[in-house]
Amino acid sequence: MDELIPYIYKPHPVTGITNGKFGTWLFLASEVMLFGALFSAYIMLRVGSESWPHGYQELHVAWAALNTVVLIFSSVTIVMAWVSLKLNKFTNFRIYMGLTLLCSLAFLAVKSVEYMDKFHHQHYPWTSNFFGIYFTLTGLHAIHIIGGIVVNAYLMGPGAKLWKTNPEQFTGRIECAGLYWHFVDLVWIFLFPTIYLL
Amino acid sequence: MSSHDTHAHSGHDHHELSWLRKYVFSIDHKMIGIQYGLTSLCFLFFGFTLVMLMRWQLAFPGKELPIIGKLLGEAAFPGGVMAPEFYNQLGAMHGTIMVFLGIVPLAVGAFGNYLLPLQIGAGDMAFPKLNMMSYWVFFMGGVTMLLSFLMPGGAAQSGWTSYPPLSDIAPAGQTVWLLGMVFLITSSLLGSVNFIVTAIQLRVKGMSFFRMPIFTWCQLVTAFLLLLAFPPLEAASVLQLMDRVAGTSFFMPTGLVISGEQSHFAGGGNPLLWQHLFWFLAHPEVYVLILPAVGIVAEVLTTNTRKPLYGYNTLVYSVIFLGFMSFVVWAHHMFMTGMGTTLSSFFQATTMIISIPSVIIVTTFLLTLWGASIRFNVPMLFALAFLPMFAIGGLTGLPLGLTASDIYLHDTYYVIGHFHYVVAPGTLFAMFAGIYHWYPKLSGRKMSEFWGKVHFWGSFVCMNGIFMPMLFVGMAGVSRRLYDMSLYAHAKAVFPLNIVMSVSAWSLACFQIPFILNLFISWRKGQKVGDNPWDCTTLEWATPTPPPHGNFTHPVEVHRGPYEYAGDEAEFVPQNV
Repeated sequence: MDELIPYIYKPHPVTGITNGKFGTWLFLASEVMLFGALFSAYIMLRVGSESWPHGYQELHVAWAALNTVVLIFSSVTIVMAWVSLKLNKFTNFRIYMGLTLLCSLAFLAVKSVEYMDKFHHQHYPWTSNFFGIYFTLTGLHAIHIIGGIVVNAYLMGPGAKLWKTNPEQFTGRIECAGLYWHFVDLVWIFLFPTIYLL
Repeated sequence: MSSHDTHAHSGHDHHELSWLRKYVFSIDHKMIGIQYGLTSLCFLFFGFTLVMLMRWQLAFPGKELPIIGKLLGEAAFPGGVMAPEFYNQLGAMHGTIMVFLGIVPLAVGAFGNYLLPLQIGAGDMAFPKLNMMSYWVFFMGGVTMLLSFLMPGGAAQSGWTSYPPLSDIAPAGQTVWLLGMVFLITSSLLGSVNFIVTAIQLRVKGMSFFRMPIFTWCQLVTAFLLLLAFPPLEAASVLQLMDRVAGTSFFMPTGLVISGEQSHFAGGGNPLLWQHLFWFLAHPEVYVLILPAVGIVAEVLTTNTRKPLYGYNTLVYSVIFLGFMSFVVWAHHMFMTGMGTTLSSFFQATTMIISIPSVIIVTTFLLTLWGASIRFNVPMLFALAFLPMFAIGGLTGLPLGLTASDIYLHDTYYVIGHFHYVVAPGTLFAMFAGIYHWYPKLSGRKMSEFWGKVHFWGSFVCMNGIFMPMLFVGMAGVSRRLYDMSLYAHAKAVFPLNIVMSVSAWSLACFQIPFILNLFISWRKGQKVGDNPWDCTTLEWATPTPPPHGNFTHPVEVHRGPYEYAGDEAEFVPQNV
């Protein structure tokens, strides 16, 4: 099957990238449109509403700031995981990938504490559109985080067998996973000021 | 390392696959294309059946529907007469099924999957497993849509556009509709990523962008539209799901009264937000419906005029420009919402601009016909009929794109007539042309010419019998989606036209029978033909018939443009010669 399709792990001479990396970028382009539409919806709802609270009045900025740091740190570790493979240090790859996974779980833990706190204070999605969009945007972002965890855990565990047979292709996969992870991180970097600070 | 030297081996080193892997969970783009094709044809017929039921109520409002009315049960047909709620379900689901489960999967999923890799000389799609997944996610979306009829309160009934606030408070079928849409959108996204990567990365040696057949160009632009226009609808679906399931009020305004009671929604939302998000998808979607058809017609026309396509480069630039412009015309569907004259003027201007490339496309096709010795075979008849039908569809759209005339015509039967002219005798005729044209590549046999002509002439007359009167009904001011238009004084004069439309619709169904039989019987009994029965120049005809796994048995290299017909030395020169 593999020789049927070129440029799976060798970059195309003209575009300079592999099929997988190209596909990942296209997928991210569609994700930009998805979150772009949601941010536009946020703007339209806020501009059209009679009253809209400031994020810092209703939400815990400190927790969100902590989560921002955690996510940015995880973006660094996933790059280190990829670099480790480039330097042919597979053990280091496992360590950095493990750190990335730990960070993502920590992010989700903080997020759930935050959700529980909101529910405790009788703040639900149906309370107001502010909380509606808060739960929708952060929830959809959390689903993206969970997706990333599944992919990264697979690549660290059973998916890592590919390293032995085709290290080039495996490194390419880690790079694509890293691109996606950076995107998820970037969405949060927009979400944090939009929802929590403004 | 080039792609073409790998094809040489692929023909004989693959082992025999199990039946399940070969026909059901296949990762071969050709089998996936056939799966898409058969599934979407079934959905097309199902969607058509829904509208045939509606046409009974429209032509004979309040009359008992014999036999079928009894069979469909008391909930849908109390006393054998169609319930208004059921009429609304039929309308909403007809639109949804025809667009998302019929035309798009047929035009993109079936034709694109089967032909795009062949036309660029690739062995398969760039991501074969992802391709299989697109099909199965699409299939699940289709099943979800069908199951929505079994929900309490029936299927979605707020129109295919699902405008809130009605859709927010509709019965549970609407939630299932939204879930189905999420499946269908995901499938389109996976598919479009695959198409773009394939078309850009896997072109064989010598296949430069400006040697690609128009069909492949159209598929490439379509894939970009699907990739970038669908996510906003996914966002909108998520927001509407939240409204319906989690009780948010993104689309619910403050102080809404439903059936005499204050709604339980907190309010503060904006129903227009849905319309913006929806049409941001749904206008590019119109071009998703039409561009693959343009591609097919280009191929069939040049083959059967035996002339090079007139203005290949112009056509390519028009298609690309059309793709760009389709993202900035969406609010011409919303002139009547009170969004303001500044915005309306902007979208009126862009709408007039987008008609220019459309006219260029039709003009290049007409000039291709100029001075040709045309072969009037079945695919050519369908392709030729596409031109005036698409032109009527396009020209009737102009009064809708101008804000002043739209005030009168908005949401009338005129709109229905307009877009059906584009999609039914337009796109669907191109699809039929494509099926008759490429059938010999799939089976090694031609479909029957005689029954093909019966199918063509019957469909041609009936399609016009349905959609031409709609334009007149609309110009009389009759609104679309009316359960019983005989109740309205201004509809009295045009009401009898409903009988013409209904009889045409049912006759149209009868004329599809020869097509269905032809499709299956010709597979075994059709006239046997060689690998290139129409004397075409593009690469898909350079393969054995049917193309084996890996497509090409010998290395191919492209040396020329796609339509070198009527040369000085040869009648036609294939791209790989």
